[in-house]
Amino acid sequence: MTVRVSTADFDISAEMSRLTAGDTGIGGVALFVGKVRGEVDGEALASMTLEHYPGMTEAELERIEGEAQRRFKLSASLIIHRVGELKPGDNIVLVMTCAPHRNDAFAAAEFVMDYLKTYAPFWKKETFASGVTRWVAARDSDDEAAAAWAAQSE
Amino acid sequence: MTDISNTAKPSADEVVLRYFAWLRERTGLSEERLVLPPEILTVGDLLLWQSRRGHPFDHAFAKPEAIRVAIDHAHVKPGAKVASAREIAFFPPVTGG
Repeated sequence: MTVRVSTADFDISAEMSRLTAGDTGIGGVALFVGKVRGEVDGEALASMTLEHYPGMTEAELERIEGEAQRRFKLSASLIIHRVGELKPGDNIVLVMTCAPHRNDAFAAAEFVMDYLKTYAPFWKKETFASGVTRWVAARDSDDEAAAAWAAQSE
Repeated sequence: MTDISNTAKPSADEVVLRYFAWLRERTGLSEERLVLPPEILTVGDLLLWQSRRGHPFDHAFAKPEAIRVAIDHAHVKPGAKVASAREIAFFPPVTGG
């Protein structure tokens, strides 16, 4: 059960080895990696800068991870989110969920991503090749995805 | 950005207001410390007060429905009370992941 906010990239293989070490009850690992796209609506992206709210970010990620633990039968989980300036192709986020069976691993990874996108205090600013900068707008579909999970628990 | 850990602790009445993303840019502030006027009871009152504070806050807080608020690192709704808050943060809807 780990959350980490970092400017540095992550090594998926090393993280998975560390997360699963010594636990032979794990039958499956699901992972999601979010990456920086090189184009936004046909416009070439030069870089993306991620800002966050130190302190609250970690608290929210731990809350989300705890909620995933409560809802699904998980053996271990990991959330790593990068901040600072990233380039197209760079990794942004890693969510890894380990469970005895695949259904819990898949569902928990999706749940964590949906909640992270609605509650974790990160903000993306795009810098285009043209020099124009723009704060990314939140998508209604992300709130709806989180709301759908919330409705399931009622 | 200002490093909050290097500055003095706020007095009992003082609250730290923090600004992120385009709210930080529009206010020109990462954070400030002040004593809120006593008539501000809720987050909604505080958003309205910000929008009437004059330049540059009037511009930054022109659309309060586009602004999210956290008290002491937890998301809150406009009806939340500000009385016991030590740190209140203002930011746009989050866009991580």
